[in-house]
Amino acid sequence: MELVFKKTTGLKDTPTHYCPGCTHGIIHRLVGEVLEEMDILEDTVGVASVGCSVLSYEYFNCDMTQAAHGRAPAVATGLKRVLPKDRFVFTYQGDGDLASIGMGEIVHAAARGENITVIFVNNAIYGMTGGQMAPTSIIGQQTATSPAGRDVALQGSPIRVSELLATLDGAAYIERVSTHDVPNIIKTKKAIRKAFETQKKGLGFSMVEILSTCPTNWGLDPIESLNWVKEKMVPVFPLGVYKQKEGVN
Amino acid sequence: MAKVLMKGNEVIAEAAVHANCKYFFGYPITPQSELVAYMAKRLPEVGGLFLQAESEIAAINMVYGASSAGVRVMTSSSSPGVSLKQEGISYLVGSELPAVIVNVMRGGPGLGSIQPAQSDYFQATKGGGHGDYHIPVLAPASLQEIVDLMHDAFDIADRYRTPVILMADGMLGQMMEPVEFKEKQHVELPEKDWATTGTRGDGGPKIVNSLRLDPKELEEHNRHLQKKYEKIKEKEVRYEMYLAEDADYIVVAYGTVARIVKNAIHKARKEGIKVGLIRPISLWPYPQKPFDETREKVKAYLTVEMSAGQMVEDVRLAVNGKSPVHFYGRTGGMVPSHEEIYAKIMEMVGGES
Ligand SMILES: Cc1ncc(C[n+]2csc(CCOP(=O)(O)OP(=O)(O)O)c2C)c(N)n1
Ligand code: SF4
Repeated sequence: MELVFKKTTGLKDTPTHYCPGCTHGIIHRLVGEVLEEMDILEDTVGVASVGCSVLSYEYFNCDMTQAAHGRAPAVATGLKRVLPKDRFVFTYQGDGDLASIGMGEIVHAAARGENITVIFVNNAIYGMTGGQMAPTSIIGQQTATSPAGRDVALQGSPIRVSELLATLDGAAYIERVSTHDVPNIIKTKKAIRKAFETQKKGLGFSMVEILSTCPTNWGLDPIESLNWVKEKMVPVFPLGVYKQKEGVN
Repeated sequence: MAKVLMKGNEVIAEAAVHANCKYFFGYPITPQSELVAYMAKRLPEVGGLFLQAESEIAAINMVYGASSAGVRVMTSSSSPGVSLKQEGISYLVGSELPAVIVNVMRGGPGLGSIQPAQSDYFQATKGGGHGDYHIPVLAPASLQEIVDLMHDAFDIADRYRTPVILMADGMLGQMMEPVEFKEKQHVELPEKDWATTGTRGDGGPKIVNSLRLDPKELEEHNRHLQKKYEKIKEKEVRYEMYLAEDADYIVVAYGTVARIVKNAIHKARKEGIKVGLIRPISLWPYPQKPFDETREKVKAYLTVEMSAGQMVEDVRLAVNGKSPVHFYGRTGGMVPSHEEIYAKIMEMVGGES
């Protein structure tokens, strides 16, 4: 029989722990496929962060270093700066990790133009700790720590990380994509590829912000969750390229 | 090599370069900023890299990243900055990553002062960050000793896969003394086959990690760490005994204070009082042997520190009730004078004989 589809070698043959309907799994696969297709699995070191994706070091089929909550961009900086020039370094971070406790580290890694790739999974909530408000939670969103809904007067407004980092000269490529349907998943893979190509060319900091679901903590079923991304998140976090330096394509 | 006159902070930096450390991530804070500046100039000359981090938290995490790639790497700071590094230090321990962390201590708590102190002893020797762990802590008393100990610091880090702290105080950082950088003999160190450098040709993917969700596995890991600490306790204890052989009284002090104590001891000896010194060089593991050797015949010990009384607890443990242990400390950046220490020795003698 002709083989028409197989699992990517970018991931180990390990079942993941993600909840049913969670798009972390899809994003893992896309990153794995890109690393496989670019043939850079053996040259890559991934940095796992803290959050539901903390165990990603068990899943990616490349060397992995696990970082403290929010510190992945600093750990990636240390790795990238001392490794031979032909190695790739990426971080895989959630929004609580990247935009809350780790805001300083991500801003400065981007400002320095660290030649790393950041996979930023925005699900508008803290997944792992049980659905608390994130810096990216949208106005009115009910979470464990905003039971009455996020209120601007009390908790401020969601942070748009791609827009924020795009203002920094060191950022070479920043795009926001989504996983709520197949065309967008295909776009997401293209963006991830572009981010790693940016690193390959040594152009500087690249980040793909990916809108993702958390059915478990949103209290929605998987289909409703995909609709929630499309209807509630996309208007707050518009998709598109926020920064593309010359040479990125 | 000829002797050169250098400032303490620069000696620490140059000694690290001599110990083959090519990577440094740091953040300025008085009284250690010259160290950071020296590295910025010096490391590019040896094909290394200096990077100023945006905070001490970022600096220690850059160290974590660099160490996981298998290189010799260092960071330095002073007390408030070292507090910020504690998170990263605990993670280095958990992931068994070697690194050298320099603390040029200043007075605290809080923003404190920029004057020399020894008030981070508890933090350095009793853990500091979260979790069950120890870190080898080396405390030089002269700039020449910094040169010699820096090789040991990096070797211990690599041999046991652990962070190592070099404890200095603001006085050592700021003073100038002649030092000689000698060539170091080769020592065998284990290969860093665990480093995450990309899998190229070396089999399966490697993972550097401190998370162990299974309690059994984490307990196993903690047992492994504790075993390692037993080995370090066996092999890496360092101390100096000075005029201690015939001593009726012993002063215990480390770092800068130990030098001042020596002057006080000379003065007391001129008066016919037999006083000696125990100077722990490794603050962890703490040297037990010099106390075992002296506690039966010594009438009393006096611990002198630039703190409200931290190391004195380890002295009491080491003496184990066999002799009285007195304490004299100055805090807040005040440095005890040899007259003050002499007076305390005389008080002890008056009270004990
Ligand atoms: C210093 C520290 N503070 C808090 C935590 C607890 N913690 C674990 S995961 C997490 C939030 C992660 O949320 P996010 O980055 O959005 O990822 P998700 O789980 O949603 O994928 C928090 C606060 C921690 N591990 N370390
Ligand atoms: S808690 Fe949410 S983010 Fe975490 S795995 Fe489950 S669905 Fe995904």
